[in-house]
Amino acid sequence: MAADSSEYIKHHLTNLVYGQHPDGSWGFAHSAAEAAEMGFWKFHVDTLGWSVGLGVLFLALFGFAAKRATTDVPKGFQNFVEILVDFVDTQTKENFHGRNPMIAPMGLTIFCWVFLMNLMDLIPVDWIPALFNLFGVHYMKIVPSTDPNITLGMSFTVFFLIIFYSIKVKGIGGFAGELTLHPFSSNNLFVKLLLIPVNLFLETVNLLAKPISLGLRLFGNMYAGEMIFILIALMFNAGVIMALFGGVLQLGWAIFHILVITLQAFLFMVLTIVYLSTAHEDH
Amino acid sequence: MDINATILGQSIAFAVFVFFCLKFVWPPLINAMRERSEKIAQGLQAADQAEQDLELAKEKAAETLREAKQQAAALIEQANKRANQLVEEAKDQARAEGERLKAAAQAEVEQELNRAKEALRGQVAVLSIAGAEKILGTAVDQGAHNAMLEQLASEL
Repeated sequence: MAADSSEYIKHHLTNLVYGQHPDGSWGFAHSAAEAAEMGFWKFHVDTLGWSVGLGVLFLALFGFAAKRATTDVPKGFQNFVEILVDFVDTQTKENFHGRNPMIAPMGLTIFCWVFLMNLMDLIPVDWIPALFNLFGVHYMKIVPSTDPNITLGMSFTVFFLIIFYSIKVKGIGGFAGELTLHPFSSNNLFVKLLLIPVNLFLETVNLLAKPISLGLRLFGNMYAGEMIFILIALMFNAGVIMALFGGVLQLGWAIFHILVITLQAFLFMVLTIVYLSTAHEDH
Repeated sequence: MDINATILGQSIAFAVFVFFCLKFVWPPLINAMRERSEKIAQGLQAADQAEQDLELAKEKAAETLREAKQQAAALIEQANKRANQLVEEAKDQARAEGERLKAAAQAEVEQELNRAKEALRGQVAVLSIAGAEKILGTAVDQGAHNAMLEQLASEL
């Protein structure tokens, strides 16, 4: 039982991996050990695939709405899309104090995309993996945001943008100054020079903490949520009473999770906007 | 935690999606919304304007009505005056006519009276002569007594 359970959990946490085998050929990994041997050059086909698929779904839906957008009385789906657009626009105006037409669309993309990725968490953990199993695919993680590669992938893009806009707005000198002359400064030139390494260390940590916390926060929340769903799913194999109890728990956790997935999507968006706003501020 | 090339894939996908959203999704939506809110603002402004216009039109209508009433009252007064005047004139005319008729009638009456008097006078003379003849038993010479008879007739 214990071995079965740990096997079940491990199975649910293993990605479908496509990558370069140690012998140089490319192919799917047939076990976790084989995947581990591949090193860096491998892709989580399942999470990346679902992630891209959901992103395309988002763009298709919103692109459809955008194509048919009218200035007349909006109806149905356009209403829904406009609520989201207005919501993101308001958040951007409140949190972003520079001028950059890219921030709001990026906020919308993040919010909707992350929400859709998180939403996959509400699909009972065995359904889609079982379906894929019928076609001979043994590993299938369907919640992209429970994969640190996915969340960190997004936050590193944000990190890149932070650095890009910091340099673009303040210049290399300004950005370097921001990294070396704060938070400690002095009027004495010698002390100032002496403080540069200290400031650089602190500011670098501060700068790096942004993308890492951004990515790991989303990953941590979703991973924990997914883990609990898997644990609840274990109860379905442990007798009728446990299964019924598990059903109630599953429902309760899913309802609570609706809040979590929305909140995490919202947080990712707002923090991205705030970080980029800071990057645009010239001291 | 297994960090691998998936992170690159996701980074690129993220950048591409943001680009698409920026190019094809966001502008039409936000423009449509802005245009609509402008339209609504214009509509509200037009409604305000219309309300003001309505207010002005009402005032103007009331003003016109008041003027019309005043004019009508003036006209009625004038008409009344004229009517009174006409009535007075008619009365005066009628009175004058009446007076004239009365005077004519009186003159006629007087004429009649005088004529009757004349006739009577003549007849009195004849009757007197007849009476006197009866009394005297003789014929009265009219020529001889003409002067006396004339005097008698004039005394009647």
